[in-house]
Amino acid sequence: MSFETIRPSPGYEDILPIEYQDLIKHGQYGRDVKVTEMGKFKELIEEHPMCAGCAMTLFIRLTMIALPNPEHTINVGTAGCGRLAISQANIPFIYGNYGDTNSVASGLKRGLEIRFPNTPKDVVVMAGDGGLIDIGFQGLMHSWFRKERFTTIMLDNEVYGNTGGQESGMTMQGKVLKMAPRGKITEKIDALGLARVAGCAYIARIAPTNPARVVRTVRRAILIAREIGPTYIQAYTSCNIEYAIPTPEVMQDAFDVEKERYGFHEEMTDEAKEYITRIEKEAKQKSKA
Amino acid sequence: MSDTQAAQKKEEWVPAGDLQEVKDPEWLFNEAPREQIFITGSEAAREAIRRSNVDIAISYPITPQSETMQQCGYLYDEGYIKEYYRGEEEIGVMSALGGSSRAGVRSLTATSGPGLMRGMEAISSWPGARTPLVLLNMCRVINTPLAIQPDNIEISFLLNTGILHAHAENQQDFYDYSIAAFLVSEEVDVTLPAVVSVDGFFVTHARGNVKLWDEKYKIPPRDGWRSAVPAMDNENPPARISRDAPIQKSNFISYHMHASWQQEVFAAVERSAKYWRKYIGDLIEVVNPDAEEFFVTSGSAVSQAREAVRQEGEKGRNVGLIKVKTTRPWPKLELIAALKNCKRILVPEFNQAGWFHKELCSTMYGHINAEIIGGPRVYGGMTMPTEMLLEWLADTRKKAGEKI
Ligand SMILES: Cc1ncc(C[n+]2csc(CCOP(=O)(O)OP(=O)(O)O)c2C)c(N)n1
Ligand code: SF4
Repeated sequence: MSFETIRPSPGYEDILPIEYQDLIKHGQYGRDVKVTEMGKFKELIEEHPMCAGCAMTLFIRLTMIALPNPEHTINVGTAGCGRLAISQANIPFIYGNYGDTNSVASGLKRGLEIRFPNTPKDVVVMAGDGGLIDIGFQGLMHSWFRKERFTTIMLDNEVYGNTGGQESGMTMQGKVLKMAPRGKITEKIDALGLARVAGCAYIARIAPTNPARVVRTVRRAILIAREIGPTYIQAYTSCNIEYAIPTPEVMQDAFDVEKERYGFHEEMTDEAKEYITRIEKEAKQKSKA
Repeated sequence: MSDTQAAQKKEEWVPAGDLQEVKDPEWLFNEAPREQIFITGSEAAREAIRRSNVDIAISYPITPQSETMQQCGYLYDEGYIKEYYRGEEEIGVMSALGGSSRAGVRSLTATSGPGLMRGMEAISSWPGARTPLVLLNMCRVINTPLAIQPDNIEISFLLNTGILHAHAENQQDFYDYSIAAFLVSEEVDVTLPAVVSVDGFFVTHARGNVKLWDEKYKIPPRDGWRSAVPAMDNENPPARISRDAPIQKSNFISYHMHASWQQEVFAAVERSAKYWRKYIGDLIEVVNPDAEEFFVTSGSAVSQAREAVRQEGEKGRNVGLIKVKTTRPWPKLELIAALKNCKRILVPEFNQAGWFHKELCSTMYGHINAEIIGGPRVYGGMTMPTEMLLEWLADTRKKAGEKI
């Protein structure tokens, strides 16, 4: 979709809702926005019905800011808390069945490549830890094995948030949650290791403590997926309700968990590295010029 | 030379599909010259797919379907299909098909009994997501103990999903219905998935005469811009109501909204009837319309009943037959008109539950006076000999105190 598709014909601007007008005049389309500009442009997502203080919403908001080409992006999600916010964005959103994201995205991406051979369309999966590592495990792994060219972002709150706090494969060992009355027996699944074994071109682990870094990481993942192969981001997005984190302490928890066991980690294949270095350099030169 | 090298295409390769000519579907169905060949049902499916301008086919093996999606692989290799891969398993395949259809491209898969059941959550979500696509279903036993034999109980699980469903009697139907299914499912005022079922082995692995139009012709491509809901391609200005059912807006969608969404899906199923008729004629075929006794059924049971009707005719007895081509849309009014003067109906079926009988009873109730008898039924892979149908006829007559 080009910017021209969105822009109203002359004379019609005023009858469109003010939100739409803002999107055209002050939106993200056609330009790279920076985190430092937040508050000065119309974001793709501005409201959501998620719990107050939920870290996941912050992460999703930053992800939307990071989209390198929102006019040609399609988000794919599934049951779970995240979709309550993702679906509010001004980006087409596929809400499939629980756990089907990476299968749906595989078909979608290939279909879009047939229909728009000359226009890259970015497909971004954003789903919970349960949605990806438990019920969606098979689809997730096989999309990586098949080297499907889209980005998968795990919103890892280490619990089934949307169904009221049951343990997931990403819950830490020993944690007492619903359906784990004696504490979770098994270890947190090493999804980053699985992504590596499956051959993802770019893998990152991140907590939402540094907004600029979140934006850079998501942007890299999407650009690499577009050109090279599957990319995976695992984001710590605490569930303040089920983990009983008082709202004012949500960010402190993110800093603590990051320090303890969720430090920023980024790895990529040589091909991805060569590619991203080149295009980031080009972008810098362009912005200087 | 490695397998991979052998499979690689040379630069000058032209996909075979590019050499085909797009023709008006009504001309193809109703006027184009046809040549008759003697092929299996799976081969009839392959020939239908060759002429259907398919963009993407996603496969997963299961008996008795595997042959068809393997053939799709060859069609892809020749360039009749643009994209093809073997999915992880059926729920993955059916989900991926939901994705490719949302991208606006013509999408195809095929499965059988257990595969259909495994993919069912995704399949039953296709109509609500308004995804035109075609699933070929080669019926097979679904229940334990494991068997690969024909039995069409799985069709009963599709009937109330909002999916279009045609049930082919033979190889010829499988060819015609499959191509028609793409055309009907992609009509703007339909925009729904379509399943074409055929009874496994009896049709898929047996040969029959099929009249085909020349393989140089194909139907027009899917137009991703023509649809009841926009494709998920981000080519439309953003709207607060996305095309996927607005349920996504909160955990608790307005029940009015969900109800009207469902009503619209089922209304679209009814609207599809006029398009089916363009390609496959009336939704029912009536043999001996003035008979007082009728067989009414779909699929392979029709062929068996046809033979029973013929043999009765030789003995001077006028027995009627109604073949139902599409069970969704269900041709209720046509059936009422055709059956209003008859006194007895037998419903032969290849499944234990008698889904067709239940369907017929519930829709004819209060509209016709005939007794509707559920049977004979065979299942678990049994065949249905004509003698069985004749015995049932004789029995019912005897019970009614009539001459046999
Ligand atoms: C087939 C199926 N099984 C179960 C569910 C119920 N369900 C909905 S959301 C959810 C949990 C979501 O947890 P997660 O994926 O970790 O995301 P979160 O809500 O924590 O963000 C479950 C189990 C469902 N919708 N569909
Ligand atoms: S339940 Fe947890 S993850 Fe879900 S919205 Fe509330 S705080 Fe966020």
